[in-house]
Order: sequence, then structure tokens, then C-alpha cells
Amino acid sequence: MRLRVLLCLLAGLVAVLFAASLLIGPAHLPIGTSLRALFGSASESHAIVLVMQEIRLPRALLGLLVGAALGLSGAALQGFLRNPLAEPGLIGISGAAALGAVIALQTGLAAAFALALPLAALAGATAAVALILLLAGPRGSTLTLILAGIAVSALAGALTALVLNLSPNPFAATEMMFWLMGSLADRSMLHVWLAAPLILIGGATLLGLGRGLDALTLGEDAAEAMGIRIGRLRLTLILGTAAAVGSATAVAGAIGFVGLVVPHLLRRAVGARPSALLPASALGGAAMVLAADIAVRVIAPERDLQLGVLTALVGAPLFLNLIWRSRGEEA
Amino acid sequence: MTLLTLDNLTVRRGECPVVDGVSLSLAEGECVGLIGPNGAGKTTLLRAALGLLPAGGHSSLAALPPRARAHAAAWLPQAREVAWPVSVETLVALGRTPHLGARGPSPEDRAAVDRALARMGLEAYRDRDATRLSGGEQARVLIARALAQETPLLMADEPIAGLDPAAQIRTMEVFARLAAEGHAVIAALHDLGLAARHCTRLLMLSRGRLVADGPPEAVLTEANLAEVFGLRAHVERTAEGLVVQPLGVTG
Repeated sequence: MRLRVLLCLLAGLVAVLFAASLLIGPAHLPIGTSLRALFGSASESHAIVLVMQEIRLPRALLGLLVGAALGLSGAALQGFLRNPLAEPGLIGISGAAALGAVIALQTGLAAAFALALPLAALAGATAAVALILLLAGPRGSTLTLILAGIAVSALAGALTALVLNLSPNPFAATEMMFWLMGSLADRSMLHVWLAAPLILIGGATLLGLGRGLDALTLGEDAAEAMGIRIGRLRLTLILGTAAAVGSATAVAGAIGFVGLVVPHLLRRAVGARPSALLPASALGGAAMVLAADIAVRVIAPERDLQLGVLTALVGAPLFLNLIWRSRGEEA
Repeated sequence: MTLLTLDNLTVRRGECPVVDGVSLSLAEGECVGLIGPNGAGKTTLLRAALGLLPAGGHSSLAALPPRARAHAAAWLPQAREVAWPVSVETLVALGRTPHLGARGPSPEDRAAVDRALARMGLEAYRDRDATRLSGGEQARVLIARALAQETPLLMADEPIAGLDPAAQIRTMEVFARLAAEGHAVIAALHDLGLAARHCTRLLMLSRGRLVADGPPEAVLTEANLAEVFGLRAHVERTAEGLVVQPLGVTG
């Protein structure tokens, strides 16, 4: 019951932020005009319809999808690893996606056609999944999964640094660095169509893991004895996370701290049950990314503040505060 | 009816057998204590019987598909893991995992949780945070979780370790009552005195082999205690039942 109320409140918050994301922007359009243009009303000028449908709508949709993907996969990974420090980047998917994107920028592929960059990022994420499954094996332990993830992250990080190092000119390097910071600016509906199906499939997959993750609260042995197939759960988790986070990173770059902080913030409110935390974190993640994306537009519209920078700037102190408070509780 | 049959169950770690050709069968109504010194293979035997470890030979439980096995036997591991600060009620309700339908907990599931809480005397703890309980209280909550699974067979690995004496006796009484009601319990135990008083049957393991199997009087002989445990013990039949008190170590 309490959970239902919380989910409704979070959904309401997401709806408000989504609307705000559509209505706030450098064009300073009146609300009525914006809404009419959004639905393609002939009474508004072509330019305004374009702003609403091709600039603000994809941006808001991506904020919603990317945030939900990050929050949800963070909650799922924390539940599976039974560790509140787990986050989507831990198993190396986002690092590898970033590497793919950087390679696309370096080789000039990104300039050749619009979707080259996100597709290359997805290829990177897929390669990371293959490598993790190879390293951690179909029946490996939780520890091997973490270690495989760290190894893949480190390798992707090193190769990304190498690409940056070898970049032909400072402009290319800057472009890559900016991309790595994560942003939702200047994305099109094409990006939405690319990411949405994968995020939705990955998200639905992860939402289905609730019962197994709940059982894992008691440890792997007890969960397995209660009929949970740990191997299958792990595989589903990796594939679901890869689809959701891989495609989110492919279109938005590396946005940190959302997957780590959001499940933390909501854990107490849902009574700490991993299955309840999944939908709550999806909504919470969407709210956090939408809010941060509005903030980058409001705080410094002309400075092109990157979204990932802001989420980390807000997320890290929030996280410190959480640690500080939980330290107080233990004493 | 037999609830568990093991036939020549063998677990090897490298070359050396940790559980060595154990055959036995368990019927309803039995409260079985699995005893043996550290490293005798008690945990390994229980886990292999459940199919949580690859093993040679045959185990009737390990042969079942996971969900059917979860309906046949509940497993209480030795490691008392509670990963998240959930309420006691939520934790105990996890025992209903194999029974849950698509719509979540049914009234029957809630009733089973209430019964398990009542059996362990935990009604007052229902809304407490399970990670903030003392070690002994947490152990009782985890036993209640296994009881909530309401399986014909309950398998427990050192369920009473770390409980205060009264809680140890109460827990053994819960197990004995379960057996009397037609379930069966097999528990790895270190307290020979409690094993002697509350179990209907004892299995004595030594270096992976089943060296004695029978009622407590037949298993807890001075000769067996000296041979397997290296213990000098006082064993006496009293009006209160068999009393076993270790006095010293041999050799």
C-alpha cells in the first residue's frame, strides 16, 4: 500500500519534470504556444513546431528513458550483488559503450552518418557483454562477475585514454571529452527510436527479476534452495543491464551517479525490498536525470554545461551525506 | 513416507572425498541430528543432498527440478545473511518464495508467515528491522523464514549456534514438534547434550563417512565419542532422558 503511494508520487514527479523539460528552453516560448506546437497545430509557425517536436521532445523523452534505465539497472545490480555500492558502470558496460563512441568520433565515422556514434557505442557494449560472459562463465560466482566487470572497465578506460591520446587534433579530443561527460543536448527523434526499444526491453527484463532478487537477500545458497536459478538470474541481469545501460550510454554518453544514488535514496522508503526498489528506482532515476537536464539549461544556458558533470556534482555530495547519516545511525 | 533418500552420495574436493559414500533415508516424523567434529563433512553432506553441490551417487532431492525441490525441502544455511534492512515480517515472508503465484502473496502465504512467527515466538518483532536485531534474534528470524516455507523436510546447518540456552532448547523443541506433526527435520548440531535429548535419530559423521546411525542411545556411546570426537564423556540414561556431558578430551 505504502509502496503504491510512493510509486504514484514518483510518477507524478516524473510527469511534472517531463512537462517542465518540454516547456523550459532557450527559446522562451509561452506555454500555450509550446503545447500547440508540440501537437503539430497548424496555427503555430514551422520553426516553433520544429523546436518542440525535434529538439525538446526527444530531449525530454531521452531524459526519461536514460534516467529510468540507469536507476533501474543500478537497483537491479545492487540487489544481485547485495552491495549498495554497485552501479551500472561496475560491470563495464558503460565504459565499453563510451569506448565505442570515442572510436566512432576518432575515425570520423560519427561524421559520416547520424547514427554511427550510438551504433558504435552499442557495439562496444555488446563486446563488453561477450567478454564478461566469457570471463565470468555461465556458472561463475558473484565475485568473478565483479572482477570481470572491473577488468572490462579498466580495459575500456585504457583504450579510451589511448584513443584520446592519439586524437589527431585538440578539437577532436575536446569533442570526445565532451561526449564522455554525457549530455542530452542536440539529440533527435532518431536517437529516441534507436534507444527506446532496447531500453524498454532491457527494463522489462530487469523488472521481472524482482522475486529472485528478493530471495537473494538471504544469500545465494538460501535463494537457490528456494527454487531461484541463480545462473539464469545472473545471465538475465547482465543482458538486461547491457540492453538498458548500453543503449542509454550510446545516446547520452556516460552519466554517472544516477544508478548509484537513486536506489540509495529510495531504499528505506520502499522497506528495502529489492523487488520494490526496482520500479521506484526507475522512476527516481528518470526524475533525477530530467531534473538535472532542466538544471543545466537553467543554470548556464550559454556555457553548455554537460549533464554528466551536473549529476556527479549533485550526486557525490548527496552520497557523502547518505554515508554521513548512515554512519551516525550505526554509532 | 520417505522424504529424502541418499544412495552412495560422494563429494570430492580434488582427489580427497569430503563426503564418502553416504546412504540413508529419512522418513516423516523423524527429528535427525547430524553430528561430527569440525570438517567431518556435515555441511557438505547437506548441501550435496540438496543438489547445491555437484556430487556422485544419488540424492532424491537433488534429482528434483528447483521449484519442486523448494516445495519438498527448506534449507537454512549456516551463514546468517540478511543483505538489506527489511522488516522481520518481510524476511520471514521470503520463505514463501516457492509458493508465490503471479499475483504475489495470497492469504494462505500470510497465514503461513503468521504461523512461522508464532512458532518462533517472534510476533512482537514483526515490524522490526531484521538487520538491527541481535545475532540470536536474527538466527530465530531466519529459522522462522525456513519454517514459513512449510515443506515436509527442513534441513538446517547449525541452526542453534549462537543462541542463548533457553532459545536453543526452545528451537530444538520446535523441531521436535514439527517432526511429531509429521514433518521431518535434519539439523547439523554441535551440542551433543541437546542432540541426545531432542532428536529421535542421530547420524554421526567422521571424515566424510557415516559411522553411526540410530537412536541417540545407540550412537552416543562412550566408545563412539572417544573414537570420533576424541572426547571423554559422561553418558547416562535418566528419568529426563539421555544425558551426555563431555568431561575432557582423550589423548
